[in-house]
Amino acid sequence: MSLLNYFRPKRTSAASHAKERLQIIVAQRRRGDERSDTLSAMEKDILEVIRKYYINIDSDAISVQLEQNEDDLSVLELNVTLPEDK
Amino acid sequence: MARIIVVTSGKGGVGKTTSSAAIGTGLALKGFKTVIIDFDIGLRNLDLIMGVERRVVYDFVNVINGDSNLNQTMIKDKRVDGLYILPASQTRDKDALTREGVERVLNELSETFDYIICDSPAGIEQGALMALYFADEAIVVTNPEVSSVRDSDRILGILASKSKRAEEGKDAVKEHLLLTRYNPGRVQRGDMLSVEDVCEILAVKMIGVIPESQAVLRASNVGEPVILDEQSDAGQAYLDTIERLLGNQVEYRFIEEEKKGIFKRLFGG
Repeated sequence: MSLLNYFRPKRTSAASHAKERLQIIVAQRRRGDERSDTLSAMEKDILEVIRKYYINIDSDAISVQLEQNEDDLSVLELNVTLPEDK
Repeated sequence: MARIIVVTSGKGGVGKTTSSAAIGTGLALKGFKTVIIDFDIGLRNLDLIMGVERRVVYDFVNVINGDSNLNQTMIKDKRVDGLYILPASQTRDKDALTREGVERVLNELSETFDYIICDSPAGIEQGALMALYFADEAIVVTNPEVSSVRDSDRILGILASKSKRAEEGKDAVKEHLLLTRYNPGRVQRGDMLSVEDVCEILAVKMIGVIPESQAVLRASNVGEPVILDEQSDAGQAYLDTIERLLGNQVEYRFIEEEKKGIFKRLFGG
């Protein structure tokens, strides 16, 4: 770093920007992969259980979502839309 | 039984072929019988980097199709004992690589070789998938730059889901990160991702850091794997990488900027 740089206003480094952006991308990708394996399998199982014990529903009437809200808190959200006339 | 190592990256131009050539040569220097296979069908380059382009008669696709056998096709390196190159085809398209064909060739090589290095093409299509499918270990070549790191992450995902080991539920492919074209000066100035940054983002164990070096272009110009240039920084960094690949602890070199004199420090340059 040259002497002149000391007089320039401080900026966040380009590398730390890059790191921050990549961490978000990588976390998203890894969540996506997990989803495709575990959550889709779970979705299928739950669907079968509902059909077996309760009512026949379409496969798109169910959605399972996993959200990481904070570091130590994840929310598993299960949504089942039942048909109006039973 | 040979150990199958894929050298892969997702992104092109990050140093896969340079690294495959260096690592294959380095393992042979250590006394292991090694073959490097070029999986880049249609765009072969390993033969050039290894300086054997004028000795290519048959290629990988010929072997798969049964037009030639391995002994006729593999090119024996004249500099290092126990080093062989299996060149890619220049003409056919990449769908020529069938899973059964590749498996048959790898099985045959496994009987006599210690290491099989698979030099993957860029991208995530057939050629790249075939190169990594049978791997025991993967060396993911990454530049300290956003698009390369993202593509490496993508490849790590594919290794974890689409390799033979993943499909059969065996032990996962052993992943290593090889950081290439590293420029310690730019890292220090905050313009480039550091070794620690990339490790933290990808959460994979580092196996080597190769500095951005004049020696790499020089080596490719003359068709000599850069690891044979033992005077060069890149050559030495690859030699260290081989030690780590063989399980030895080696200090990292060339990851700090060279000390500059007081004059340069004050006035830049």
